Amino acid sequence: MLATSRAFEANARAGLANDNLQRALALMRTGFPQRRRLAVERLPEFEVLREIAKSIKDHTLEHLDFYLELFEENVLASGGQVHWARSPDEACAAVLAICRSVDARIVTKGKSMIAEEVGLNERLEKNGITTVETDLGEYIIQLRHEPPSHLIAPAIHLMKEQVAETFRAEHLALDPERSLAEARQLCDEARAVLRPRFLAADVGITGANFLVASTGSSIIVTNEGNGDLTQTLPRVHIVMTSLEKLVPTLEDATTLLRLLARSATGQEFSSYTTVSTGPRRPGDLDGPEQYHVVLLDNGRSALLGGEFQDMLRCIRCSACMNHCPVYAAIGGHAYGWVYSGPMGAVLTPSLIGVAEAGHLPNASTFCGQCESVCPVKIPLPKMMRHWREREFAEKLNPPVYRAGLSLWAWVAKRPALYHALVELASRALGWLGRGRGRFRTLPLANGWTAVRDLPAPEGRSFHSLWAERRNGGTVK
Amino acid sequence: MSEAREQILAGIRRSLKRGRLDAARETELRDRVAAHRRNLVPARAAAVARVNSPAAVPEAVARYLAAENLPADLVLAPDLSLDDILWDARPLLRTRRGRAEAGDTVSLTRCFVAIAETGTLMLISGAETPTTLNFLPDTHIVLVYADQVVATYEDGWDRLRTDGGMPRAINFITGPSRTGDIEQRIELGAHGPRRLHIILVDDRQKATDGESK
Repeated sequence: MLATSRAFEANARAGLANDNLQRALALMRTGFPQRRRLAVERLPEFEVLREIAKSIKDHTLEHLDFYLELFEENVLASGGQVHWARSPDEACAAVLAICRSVDARIVTKGKSMIAEEVGLNERLEKNGITTVETDLGEYIIQLRHEPPSHLIAPAIHLMKEQVAETFRAEHLALDPERSLAEARQLCDEARAVLRPRFLAADVGITGANFLVASTGSSIIVTNEGNGDLTQTLPRVHIVMTSLEKLVPTLEDATTLLRLLARSATGQEFSSYTTVSTGPRRPGDLDGPEQYHVVLLDNGRSALLGGEFQDMLRCIRCSACMNHCPVYAAIGGHAYGWVYSGPMGAVLTPSLIGVAEAGHLPNASTFCGQCESVCPVKIPLPKMMRHWREREFAEKLNPPVYRAGLSLWAWVAKRPALYHALVELASRALGWLGRGRGRFRTLPLANGWTAVRDLPAPEGRSFHSLWAERRNGGTVK
Repeated sequence: MSEAREQILAGIRRSLKRGRLDAARETELRDRVAAHRRNLVPARAAAVARVNSPAAVPEAVARYLAAENLPADLVLAPDLSLDDILWDARPLLRTRRGRAEAGDTVSLTRCFVAIAETGTLMLISGAETPTTLNFLPDTHIVLVYADQVVATYEDGWDRLRTDGGMPRAINFITGPSRTGDIEQRIELGAHGPRRLHIILVDDRQKATDGESK
């Protein structure tokens, strides 16, 4: 997928001005966080489980080579195949080769962020293979030729009237006079349209929420049941996944599953959690004849051992974006690539480069909500700061910004000068603003005052008040 | 693509600043995996209602289908244990054995275990238990014997290991199919069953007709 993260500022402005998006985001702000909170309150062990989940992921990442080999060994033992892919191109090529080997014409897909990351749909379509997204949200955005705007609710940026419009434009065989006023009717229509596709598909592609090393299994977590129809009905099941989805055992996966649905939708457990191990067994009346796992690296192995390793713990629950004031204001498309919100702000520069995605780690209020709700305790704000440092070190910020920061750093490293200047500035501003107590405009501070007033300082700096107090003086 | 495999593994080791793990550490990790060690298991109270004896199942199924205004056509898992149930006791109930096909509206299966922790059914695939029955029909009826109820998911894994190992598919099912993809309104019956109906059988040995109190 082509990234537009460079245009973040313009994207964000467009998001703020988009009425439908703002209505949709208002629904999200009250929905997800409240449901998560209620689910967490009902599980007294939630906090301890977070700590254990973190340690399971850390342990796996520290021994990732071992667990990958064990996983591969067990996939092969159950009759499946593993395809290692260093790059998006290799991943797409592996899928295409499998599809060609069975002469596939129609491919159904469950939701897979890895498939989005590698641009699989375009690649398959370009090679004459019809690709049908089956998750309702993914189906809607596929019809609209849009990328997903959220990890687990890809069409969260749309209102139902927009979905109805899309269905009318695409489902031309249906009665144009039919009513599509209710979400119920839209769901029923999608169900009816997609059911024959499930039955006709030659290959089914799903993602994986977890891979289990000890059994060579992939796990999907869904509510619609589309992932299960996708992987049960066609002759071939392909799992599109990445290295860091691995956990050692079923018990370890279970611990993470206890956190996943609660953190994501606020459910105790999703409607369907399915563990798949290899292809159809002798005597089975259904299930795929082939089971393939495409394992994508795409820069992940290089994150190990460094300041961004913690990001590989992410289980893609979306709690961070659901609680992010920036995401809630601008929506997911503003981030300009596959992943959005705080996890996207950290992961996107890792995968497509900080030169391309440097705006994202800057788009944060550093309120810390993301880290406080993360089920695997990823220090997202700290990692955004790491990216800002890298961006500065690689001289990627605009010259004026760099010059300002350098000037500030030069002054800040000279305490006497710094204190004198701060004291001078606060006294001057305090005197200037003594009437109104606030400034509507200030030279050089237009970025602040264009949208809000700047409160005038009391007149003296904290440093000088503190110094006075320590020296036994009184503070008036 | 073994070159990719070697490069990815080498990249991981380079990043972690070490070579391949030594044999002792690999043995330790294999032991960790083989131990099936449980992490924290939350203490949960779950109420289980027990309503039927096996002989009462056909009656319960028929009554449910009638109440829901559903046709009395049933596709049953080719599960030998379902043979014990006298389906003929309700002559109006038409049954077929097999996997689910596109036109089937109601399926009936057993489960492997039922997990009290979150009211979750654990179903496994096999020659007698095709997976399509769990997803294609609009209505899925699941028979649960009271002695199949276990406390946690971990109990399910243990039971699986003593019962012949990993099947091709394990389906944990907690309620009917649903979606919140349109304006976050929960709608049931997105792609899988619109209805999930559980019949809890109090005592699988009990031959007498009639429901328990």
